[in-house]
Amino acid sequence: MSKLVEGLYYSKSHEWVKPLEDDVVLIGITDFAQSELGDVVFVDLPEVGNTISQEDEFGAVESVKAASDLIAPVTGEILEVNEELVGEPELLNKDPYENWLLKVKLENPDELGNLLNSEEYAEFIK
Amino acid sequence: MENLSKTCLYDKHIQLGAKMEGFAGYEMPIVYTGIKEEHLAVRNNVGMFDVSHMGEIIVKGKDAMAFVESIFTNKVETLDFGQVAYGMMLYENGTIVDDLLVYKLNNEYFLLVVNASNVAKDYNWIVENSDKFDVLIQNASEDYQEIAVQGPEAEKTLLMALNIDLSNLGFFYFANYDFKNHHLLISRTGYTGEDGFEIYASAEAIREIWDVLIEYHVVPCGLGARDTLRFEAALPLYGHEISDKITPLEAGLKFFVKLDSDYNFIGKKALLDQEENISRRVVGLELTERSIPREGYEVYKDNQLIGHITTGYLSVSLEKPIAMAMINRPHTKKNTEIFVKVRNRMIPGFIRDKKFLEKKYNKTKGA
Repeated sequence: MSKLVEGLYYSKSHEWVKPLEDDVVLIGITDFAQSELGDVVFVDLPEVGNTISQEDEFGAVESVKAASDLIAPVTGEILEVNEELVGEPELLNKDPYENWLLKVKLENPDELGNLLNSEEYAEFIK
Repeated sequence: MENLSKTCLYDKHIQLGAKMEGFAGYEMPIVYTGIKEEHLAVRNNVGMFDVSHMGEIIVKGKDAMAFVESIFTNKVETLDFGQVAYGMMLYENGTIVDDLLVYKLNNEYFLLVVNASNVAKDYNWIVENSDKFDVLIQNASEDYQEIAVQGPEAEKTLLMALNIDLSNLGFFYFANYDFKNHHLLISRTGYTGEDGFEIYASAEAIREIWDVLIEYHVVPCGLGARDTLRFEAALPLYGHEISDKITPLEAGLKFFVKLDSDYNFIGKKALLDQEENISRRVVGLELTERSIPREGYEVYKDNQLIGHITTGYLSVSLEKPIAMAMINRPHTKKNTEIFVKVRNRMIPGFIRDKKFLEKKYNKTKGA
């Protein structure tokens, strides 16, 4: 069974969004995504200052076997990139909810309404 | 969902929790616990693969040797009884029908081991080209199941687990062995770049052997690790480095093609014509920036498209982004600076040899 965290927003492309304060969110990939991928060996992330747009590709998570595109669950400016993942991409296998990819300032907080809650996501990956 | 066949070890893969996927018409294990772990087990210790999906075609009869010589790129006549040769079957135009192992039992009996995805095509092609020869050709794929046991500890493990002493079996030789009441054909061959063996036997025997090897902690490995291992050893895979659109010369497999022999295998003339002006070749490639060159990615030199990746990984053993790539000449020279297009970004790298890692075949033994 894939682990889920309540209170997060989920996309159908298996990213999660965790709201912090002042329209700032963390973005990561779900436990379902990491388990489907297998051993994560490389995370390709954009740079701080760039913007991501909801439903557009913004990077990739790569396992030994394949590259999987990351799809932005929200629109906004990148405030921070989790540099730890560069040296230790396998952290995504160990704890995909603790090891976020990006910290983003939301351009339009209403976009969160387009995402799934944990129950809806649980149903989606059944 | 297409109708997939199951190998005789299917239930064992499921019990082990393998991730299964369709491959060459079979539902095959892709990974059990993790590709890295399985890969490293073979490099450092011993692992095993269910390769029962491979095709076995028997050629026997008075003209068997002459016939195999007429369809196979490598030597046949000079092989010993009990010796194996790697080579290819070619179309008239020199492109590849399939790559295969030829097992010479005697001058009138050969076993051809071919790719699972090509069995039907190969069998038909072999039969079509056999009318001038007194031979019987039989698709025996259903009768032969197969496990590959690979890694530096393979020989020792098989001695302990099956009580079979393979220490006198030479590299690319095979012999018959008994295990309980079963008859096994074992060759010192493989697809990993390590010392190791391939065991052919009945379904019942293969199931028993699998269980015994599990008890001896041989790590079950899926097709995922099979691909990363053969890639690091720069061994070609049909549909990637070789295909019906690629010749052995383009694939860099000239070593396995006896162009200077007297035997006129199908496709030889086309290769002799091509030898003077090959327009492209499979080479090695390495990236100098963190990224992973994947199959199908485009390769550029000075903004000009010069080829594509045929197989690429962040190498598990070497932890470097390396690939095999089909590159247009004259850009195939070592150290040529190139770019690989990864998700619309140009990642720098260079052309290199395909000796990604030192192969550890055991060529010292017996025979």
